[in-house]
Amino acid sequence: MSSETKSIESYVEKPRTLAELREGIASGAVKAADLAASYYDRIAKVNPRLNVYLSLTRERAMEQAARVDEAAAKGAPLGPLAGIPVGIKDVLVMKGAPATAGSKILEGYHPPYDATSVTKLEAAGAVLLGKINCDEFAMGSSNENSAYGPVRNPVDTERVPGGSSGGSAAAVAANMAVATLGTDTGGSIRQPASFCGVVGVLPTYGRVSRYGLIAFASSLDRVGPFAANVRDAATLLGVIAGHDAKDATSSPAPVPDYAAESDKPVEGLRIGVPAEYFGEGLDPEVRAAIEQGIASLKAAGCTVKPISLPHTRYAIPTYYLVATAEASANLARFDGVRYGYRSPASETLAAMYRHSRDEGFGAEVKRRILLGTYALSAGYYDAYYLKAQQVRRLLADEFLRAFVDVDAIVTPTAPMPAFKLGEKTGDPLAMYLADIYTVTASLAGICGVTVPCGATKAGLPVGMQVLAAHLNEGTAFRVARAVEATCGGANSC
Amino acid sequence: MSAKVTVEDVERVAELANLELTPGETESMLHDLNAILEHVAQLNELDTSGVEPLAQVSELKGAGGTSLRRPDERQASLDRAAVMREAPETDQVFFKVPKVIER
Repeated sequence: MSSETKSIESYVEKPRTLAELREGIASGAVKAADLAASYYDRIAKVNPRLNVYLSLTRERAMEQAARVDEAAAKGAPLGPLAGIPVGIKDVLVMKGAPATAGSKILEGYHPPYDATSVTKLEAAGAVLLGKINCDEFAMGSSNENSAYGPVRNPVDTERVPGGSSGGSAAAVAANMAVATLGTDTGGSIRQPASFCGVVGVLPTYGRVSRYGLIAFASSLDRVGPFAANVRDAATLLGVIAGHDAKDATSSPAPVPDYAAESDKPVEGLRIGVPAEYFGEGLDPEVRAAIEQGIASLKAAGCTVKPISLPHTRYAIPTYYLVATAEASANLARFDGVRYGYRSPASETLAAMYRHSRDEGFGAEVKRRILLGTYALSAGYYDAYYLKAQQVRRLLADEFLRAFVDVDAIVTPTAPMPAFKLGEKTGDPLAMYLADIYTVTASLAGICGVTVPCGATKAGLPVGMQVLAAHLNEGTAFRVARAVEATCGGANSC
Repeated sequence: MSAKVTVEDVERVAELANLELTPGETESMLHDLNAILEHVAQLNELDTSGVEPLAQVSELKGAGGTSLRRPDERQASLDRAAVMREAPETDQVFFKVPKVIER
C-alpha cells in the first residue's frame, strides 16, 4: 500500500440470493415480516449517507409480508418472489405513494394507480420497500440531477452511482433491497449497474409494459431489473415481462423461463467483439478488465469473433436528438393543472404554465426540452429530427446484420469507472459521452445485460455489457452467467 | 445543420416550450445548445438519402411486433375524487385554472 492510499468510505454489502431467501421463507425459517423489518433497519442506518430512498411504503410492505407469511404457514403455493424485498425507481408509480420522478414539479403527487410492473411484482409475492432516487425524469448519467440531492456510490461515497437509475443500482450494492426496478432510455440501468458493481438488465423494447412509467422518450424507455447476481435478475425479468393491454407497444411474444435459460452452458456460442467500442476514450483499466472477461468466455468454449459496427460513433448525436424531441412532447403535460406543483399567484393561464414549469423543472430537463423543441421546430425538423431517425435505422440495421453471424456482442458498459461527484456537472456534453456504449442498443431496441467484470486497481467495479438480438434475453443471461462465474468478484478475474 | 443558435432562437424555443428563462439561464442554454448542436452536426457526414426514418423499433424484423389491439369495450376509468385530490385547484368536478382570456 502506498502512503497516498486514502481511506474510502464504503457501504457495500451483498444481499442473499433469491433461491436462499425463498427457501427460508417457504420453510418458515425466515419470516417475510422480519426480513422486511431488517431491510428497513438497514435503510434507516445507511440512507442518510447514501440518499437512495426518497420515500418508504412501509405499511403496504408489511401488509404484503404478512400475506406471504400467512401463505407460507399454511403451506399454500408461493410466488417466485415471495417475501423478497424490492425497491422501485421513483419514475414508476405506486398507488398512494409519492411519485416525484426526482423533480420538484411532481412534489406532493400521489398517483391513484399502480404501474403494471409494480402489480406484477406484488402478484409474485415481492415486498415493495419504497421509492428510489434518480435523475430528474430519468435525465442524467450520474444521479446528480435529482431535485432531492445526489445518490452516493456505496463502493466509494465520493463517487457518483451513475444514472439515471443510480439509486436502484446503489440500493442493491448496499443491500438496501434484494433487487430493484430501474428504467433505461439511453443506458440508465446498465451504466449505474456497471458503476456500482451489480447486474442490470435492458429488456427488449416492448418486453416489459411501460404502463405507469412517467414517460421520458417513449420509443426508447424500458423498465428492467437490478440484482446482485445474474440468475436473480433473470428471475425478476421473468416476473415483470409480458404483454399488457395498457401498453400498446408491449410485445405479445411468450415469456421464456429466463432463470433456466441462464443456467445453460455457453459452449459453442458465437461472441462478437466490436472494434468501435474499444477505441479512443476507453479507460485502460476498463479495457484490461473487459479483455479478461472476453478471455474467460473463450476459455468457457465460446467462439470470439472481431466484428465492426461502423455507425457507432453517430449514436450519441442520434440519441440526443431523438430522446430530447420525444421528451419535449412528453413533458408538455407538466403544466400545473392536474397534478404536482403550481406556481402561486399567476394572473393568466399562460403565465401559470410558464412559471410552474420554470420553477418546477431543473436545468438539465430544461436543456433537453429546449433542444428537443428546437429539433422539432419549423425549419429544423428535417435537418435534425428526421435525419436522426434515418441514422437510427442505419444503427438498427447494423445490429440486425451483426446478429446473423454472432449470438451475442460484448463491450464495456461504460468507457470509465464511476467518476467523482461534481466532476462532469459543468459540461453537459462530457456527461452525455458517458453513455457512448449504451445508447446504440437503446436506439436499436435490442436487449442486454451488464454484469460485473473485474475492477480497477482502486477497487472500482467494471461492467461488461452483453447485447443480444430482440427477444434473445436468454442468450444475454447465459453469457453474463459465464462472465460472472469467473470475473464476478471485485478482483477475481 | 451547423447553424449557430442565437439568443433570439433560444427565446423563441423557450416560448414554444412554455418555459420562462432568466437572462442568466438563456445565456448558459445558448452556450450548451451550441456545443451540443456542433457535436450533432457530425450526422451530416452520413448520406441518408433514401433511408426510411425509424420512429418505432417494434416494426424491425424479429423485434416482436405489436399488432395486438384491445377490443373496443367500455372500461372503468380512474376514480374522479382520487384524481381531483391530486390537483392544485379544483371544484371537485373540474380542474380550475387562472383566467384564459383577458376581458
